[in-house]
Amino acid sequence: MTYSDNSTARMTADRSAMSVGDEVAIDIVKMNKWFGTFHVLRDIDLTVRRGERIVIAGPSGSGKSTLIRCINRLEEHQSGRIVVDGVELTHDLKNIDKVRSEVGMVFQHFNLFPHLTVLENCTLAPIWVRKLPRRQADEIAMRYLEKVRIPEQAHKYPGQLSGGQQQRVAIARSLCMEPRIMLFDEPTSALDPEMIKEVLDTMIELAQDGMTMICVTHEMGFAQAVANRVIFMDQGQIVEQNSPREFFNNPQSERTKLFLSQILGH
Amino acid sequence: MSEVHAETVPFVRGTMLPEAPPPAAERGAIHWLRANLFSGWVNTILTFVGLFVLWWLFQHFYPWFRHSVWNASSMAECRTLITERWGEGAGGGCFGLVRERWNQFLFGFYPPAEYWRPISAFWLLFLALAPVLFTESRKLRWIVVGVASVMAFALSMLMGAPDPVLICLAVGIVLWVVLIEYIPRAALIVSVIFPFLAVWLLWGGSIWGPATILAGAVLGLAVWGALSRFGALAVLAGLAVAVLWWWFLSSQAAIDLQRLLPLELPKMESRGFGGFLLAITIGVSAIVMSLPLGIILALARQSDLPIVKGFAVIFIEFIRGVPLITLLFVASLLLNYFLPPGTNFDIILRVIIMVTLFASAYMAEVIRGGLASLPRGQYEAAGALGLNYWKMQRLIILPQALKVSIPGIVGTFIGVFKDTTLVTFVGLFDPLKQLADTIRATFEWKGAYWEPYIFSGLIFFILCFSMSRYSMYLEQRLKRDHR
Ligand SMILES: Nc1ncnc2c1ncn2[C@@H]1O[C@H](COP(=O)(O)OP(=O)(O)O)[C@@H](O)[C@H]1O
Ligand SMILES: [Mg+2]
Repeated sequence: MTYSDNSTARMTADRSAMSVGDEVAIDIVKMNKWFGTFHVLRDIDLTVRRGERIVIAGPSGSGKSTLIRCINRLEEHQSGRIVVDGVELTHDLKNIDKVRSEVGMVFQHFNLFPHLTVLENCTLAPIWVRKLPRRQADEIAMRYLEKVRIPEQAHKYPGQLSGGQQQRVAIARSLCMEPRIMLFDEPTSALDPEMIKEVLDTMIELAQDGMTMICVTHEMGFAQAVANRVIFMDQGQIVEQNSPREFFNNPQSERTKLFLSQILGH
Repeated sequence: MSEVHAETVPFVRGTMLPEAPPPAAERGAIHWLRANLFSGWVNTILTFVGLFVLWWLFQHFYPWFRHSVWNASSMAECRTLITERWGEGAGGGCFGLVRERWNQFLFGFYPPAEYWRPISAFWLLFLALAPVLFTESRKLRWIVVGVASVMAFALSMLMGAPDPVLICLAVGIVLWVVLIEYIPRAALIVSVIFPFLAVWLLWGGSIWGPATILAGAVLGLAVWGALSRFGALAVLAGLAVAVLWWWFLSSQAAIDLQRLLPLELPKMESRGFGGFLLAITIGVSAIVMSLPLGIILALARQSDLPIVKGFAVIFIEFIRGVPLITLLFVASLLLNYFLPPGTNFDIILRVIIMVTLFASAYMAEVIRGGLASLPRGQYEAAGALGLNYWKMQRLIILPQALKVSIPGIVGTFIGVFKDTTLVTFVGLFDPLKQLADTIRATFEWKGAYWEPYIFSGLIFFILCFSMSRYSMYLEQRLKRDHR
């Protein structure tokens, strides 16, 4: 089976600029999580190096969202270890605050704050968490809004923007905290087809800047263009892990083959 | 170009169509009538039934109002006048009662020489509210502030306030208005202090009483601020310092300060409060205090901490399960058993506490509805950005939840305000029953039945309707999601 991209325009990225360091950014060891009695994540082991881009794929309900939500403690794991930037996630609230201010997250449904303008969305955390003066926060926000190419929308409310614009604002909002790691949970799956590309382009640029990224996505063009590794999850476990080329052209497990044949529409 | 055969012949539009006005039938009075009143048989019949009912009501009540008499000083005189003018058997309203006794409806048995005090307190209330309620529109704020300032001063003068008071009032109002316009943050602080000023104006006595109580609160906040890095411990320390101050030091400090700098107004008895003075005092206090209390209860009820949550649930369900009158009886009778003998715990204060607790339970449920309407993603996004619980609530959750709850909140406010008439059952002079009965019990106004109700009802309506309009204005102002 060969890989073909049927959903998005061909994407290219300059991979030479995206170097991976030796430093460990995220270390997950034998992590387990239950929702009540439902064992949603089973013995997850995953090490992410600084600058690495990881794409997580898998059928719906396989625990992809839960896994990346554990990384910034939106969900609590029950056994095993998660260490982010050298800080272990425990019940210690200080550690959680520290990790959250270093890890940015972008959601499927954007989750912008509808009662604040785009600019206020972006400056909120820098002002209230980083304690920056408003002027400086505004400057940073405008810088990142320019980066995602919507500085002219700064004074509108999120409800006045298109889905693609909203998602780019959400990315800018996360970047304003100048995180060292970014998590993306299906950032394009709530978007109309013509808006997917603008968001993916933003994400590719981010990857070229050397950001450590974990993306749950089914955009295989994006995975091909920027990922170092593709991780395939099913039933709460990591089933397969490989470079994008190997993953798409030479999948090993039956589950992976089945999944790829479904999403690639053969 | 030709538009025919669009379905059968391949078609490419050459020129785009310009926007056109709607056809005439879609607009105008005739269209409106046809669409809203006479669209079909049932609708037409209902329209005529409605018109008939309106006509019947009008025909029934209008003569009574048309025959009404304003310049009579007793029921008997009024009746004679009506018979003289409109013949034997004509009925009419004796609104002379309102003209003669309006002051009792408004102030109860508050001494007339001191009327300027509740009046100025009432109008100054709007200056206190301006930095909170009217921040969005400068024009509206100017109207409210302007009318309130002029009324506070002019009516105080009319009611014979002493000259030194008038001078203080004038200077105070000017400074306050400048603050509201140019230093809104400072004006907010003045708004927080205002309740203490209002208490002093209404009840009188030495100003140092309320002032030292305020000092306790400031002291507590200062301790909290100084120790803020210790988190919850700082709150407890601040609270402890404030309570200690109030318990041991504040009354002595008030006496000493009064000796140093005597500044007092004649003392008023709570039993003398009545009419709308009473209703507004209780209503406004309960409204202002029940909102923050309701927010705290609503948050507590959503809390993950079982004890906090349990307490909130029990409190809310208990209060909502008991009629307000029961709570008022508790306030007037039972509390006396629990308090050490000889303590003079003001009856109005007791009633205010009970009405506040009652209102805050309902407020909590209204706000909980608002909280529940927010998608979980808002909490997650705020959490993912590193906002802690209180910042998340204050900056993200509550602004949205309160906005959604505005109709419910204002509905609760209106309910509370009208419920203040229930204080009649603990022997206070509410405007609707106790006071009306008292006036009816006099020789002159025996037999006046509708007039007091109409007058009080009208004032209640004006006050409640204003609140309701304000809520609609606020909703309009805060409409931001453009969906
Ligand atoms: N808060 C929750 N409580 C109980 N079950 C949950 C909760 N969140 C997710 N689940 C369940 O956990 C499983 C994994 O969910 P999720 O991580 O969202 O999957 P994915 O993102 O891969 O589609 C699903 O079966 C889902 O129903
Ligand atoms: Mg998911």
